[in-house]
Amino acid sequence: MDRASGRTRPRSGGRGARGGRRVPRSPRALALQALVALALAALAYVAATNASEKLARQGITAGFGFLGRSAGFDISQRLIPYAAATATYLDAFRVGLLNTLLVSGLAIGLATLIGFAVGIARLSPNWLVRTLAATYVETLRNLPLLLQLLVWYVAVRVALPEAQRPAAWGGAYLSQRGLVLPRPEFSGVAWLVPAAVLAGIVLSGAWARRRARRVEAGAAPGPIVGPALALVLGLPALAWIGLARAGHPVPVAWPAPGPYGPEGGLGILPEFAALLLGLSTYTAAFIAEIVRAGLNSVARGQGEAAAALGLSRAKTLALVTIPQAMRVIVPPLTSQYLNITKNSSLAVLIGYPDLVHVFMGTVLNQTNQAVEVVAITMAVYLTLSLGLAALMNAYNRRAAPGMR
Amino acid sequence: MTIVRETLLPPAPPPRRTGGPVGWLRDNLFSGPGNTLATLVVLAGLALLLPPAIRFLVTDAVWSGTSGEACRPATAGHPVGACWAFIGDKINYLVYGSYPAAERWRPNLFFGLVALSAVWMLWLDAPKRGLGAVFVFLVGPILSVWLLSGASVLGLAPVATSLWGGMLVTLVVSLVGIVAALPLGILLALGRRSELPVLRYACIGFIEFWRGVPLITVLFMANVMLPLFLPGDLTVDRLVRPLVGIALFASAYMAEVVRGGLQAIPEGQGRAALALGLTRWQALRLVILPQALKVVVPGIVNTLIGLFKDTTLVSIVGLADFIRVLEAARADPRWSAPTIPATAYAFAALFYLAVCFSMARYAAFIERRLAAGERGRS
Repeated sequence: MDRASGRTRPRSGGRGARGGRRVPRSPRALALQALVALALAALAYVAATNASEKLARQGITAGFGFLGRSAGFDISQRLIPYAAATATYLDAFRVGLLNTLLVSGLAIGLATLIGFAVGIARLSPNWLVRTLAATYVETLRNLPLLLQLLVWYVAVRVALPEAQRPAAWGGAYLSQRGLVLPRPEFSGVAWLVPAAVLAGIVLSGAWARRRARRVEAGAAPGPIVGPALALVLGLPALAWIGLARAGHPVPVAWPAPGPYGPEGGLGILPEFAALLLGLSTYTAAFIAEIVRAGLNSVARGQGEAAAALGLSRAKTLALVTIPQAMRVIVPPLTSQYLNITKNSSLAVLIGYPDLVHVFMGTVLNQTNQAVEVVAITMAVYLTLSLGLAALMNAYNRRAAPGMR
Repeated sequence: MTIVRETLLPPAPPPRRTGGPVGWLRDNLFSGPGNTLATLVVLAGLALLLPPAIRFLVTDAVWSGTSGEACRPATAGHPVGACWAFIGDKINYLVYGSYPAAERWRPNLFFGLVALSAVWMLWLDAPKRGLGAVFVFLVGPILSVWLLSGASVLGLAPVATSLWGGMLVTLVVSLVGIVAALPLGILLALGRRSELPVLRYACIGFIEFWRGVPLITVLFMANVMLPLFLPGDLTVDRLVRPLVGIALFASAYMAEVVRGGLQAIPEGQGRAALALGLTRWQALRLVILPQALKVVVPGIVNTLIGLFKDTTLVSIVGLADFIRVLEAARADPRWSAPTIPATAYAFAALFYLAVCFSMARYAAFIERRLAAGERGRS
């Protein structure tokens, strides 16, 4: 027996990366694995030969050369220059991908805000607030997202004023054609304003790190929200005013009501608004449950001790309960963020030009390059999923190791 | 010095009431200025929102009529809310799609079979649940296919799947999802925990792939790529293509739920079973799986809720599920009236809410029961 274990130990030690799990080497185990590998390879081979034969019969050349061909269709929302006449399928892919990232990113932020608010409200001492939050969660969670998008896009939109008579509010116009905002042109010296926003963010980060060091050193934590807001909003405002004083005011394109609807300015598509609102309110219901579970996981004594020290309920939440709950909240929150990214593909239902709509819809229909288009689209989502998961795992390793 | 009091103290006032309706109100709604403000804000919001909602759903609703004319404010003589007459007129279409009227007893019988299976599986103390599992996962599906698409053996006329629609298709898609996903998911979960690296990595790759992509891309893929992969002129029914996609997609999620259950079973259970002389297969079938599956019943039901909601996506790839049939009914020019879209969505919301909410309640009930069992044991 001793000899037997002595024989196996070096071998399992050699593959220590697998956490010491012993890999069975019996003939039966090897045969089973060979069988599985063989079956998978055979399946892939049969599928590949069938597909190539059928594609050849349809006269479609396999490969990614089609990405360089001219697309010839227009896209209603684009973050980068895109002209139907000159753009290639690769450009269409880029536009679609950026639209997906834009709506997912904004929805992640909005859903987190609503989700935390509702999750905290579910634990409110006020019965009405508590019940209202619970109703929100139970209703939104139990309705298909697709139905909610239809409600936002069809039922809510018909309640808005017609495009010819939009509701005006301080230079912005709201109608069934979407929301139109004044658009500042950050060209020329006006680039200082966005630069000031960036500088504000960087400085806030520096302020937060300095504050953390002071807390480590035993000093009382100074304010954080106020200074950060002042930096992020105040610096660009200063730049704006300064430029105006210096004789280089930032040009603003003001929208104006036209015969068919508001013209000019920064248009926000109703499809985009419906998708953003639908995605974030739906996912917020799930995030609220995650937040509630996280807050409940913090020992009761923590909140009671904070109250005994004289902290208000808001301060208790912000300084004591939520920081400790984050360890429980972050892992499932990550998967909700992934869900938002994946669910943004429902855009295809209401016509928001996201990756799936542009690439898997229009491009696939025009080129018939089914295998390549499906492979690229799925590869994008897989990369996003695995990338975000890896990022959050890294955060977890930093945030999770036990309580201090 | 004496510490004996000579005079009687005046009686102290009674302590603040904590019980009863008044105490409850004070504790829950008006315990402080912030709390009172929150109460007032919520009450104001409800006063603003609830009456219009009730007016729309009940008081101003039109309950009878034969065309959209009845649901116009001019005909009804008052502002019109939901047009329930529309739903009443279209209900057969919403339930069966274009399934031939003379054959509708077949979907009805199918609904009956489903109800029977559901009770058999969900009622934990039902008799002969082992037999029920065989019925649900083997006999039931075959019977249902025969019943719905027709079988010359039984003298049932064939009904093309292109005629199926409405709640029938929604139910069929969800059931295929769950019936295929549960066994597949168990196999995948076991494979992911296997000691054999080839098997393990194959299962991990499969699970992570399906969990990493959106369902809609899976459905598109099933639609355009499945026919490519099959040999020769073999074609796949338009209803079956998304079903394959849904089944594979759901099995990956089910595998992760089952894996959670397997991880919750202490390793000693399997070792004890082996020590008693059971084979690995027996240990799995008689000791580990029964315990693991019991623990994950709430997780399975939650996956089922997600699956049921996700079936709405098949409407995007052209299946006549409940949502698509509803959109088609809504577009009927005979029933054109201002509140028809809102009525249709309100009806759909009530339908999905009823099904999903009751499933969620069931999952919570099982969870409580399991927790009670745990407490009782320790």
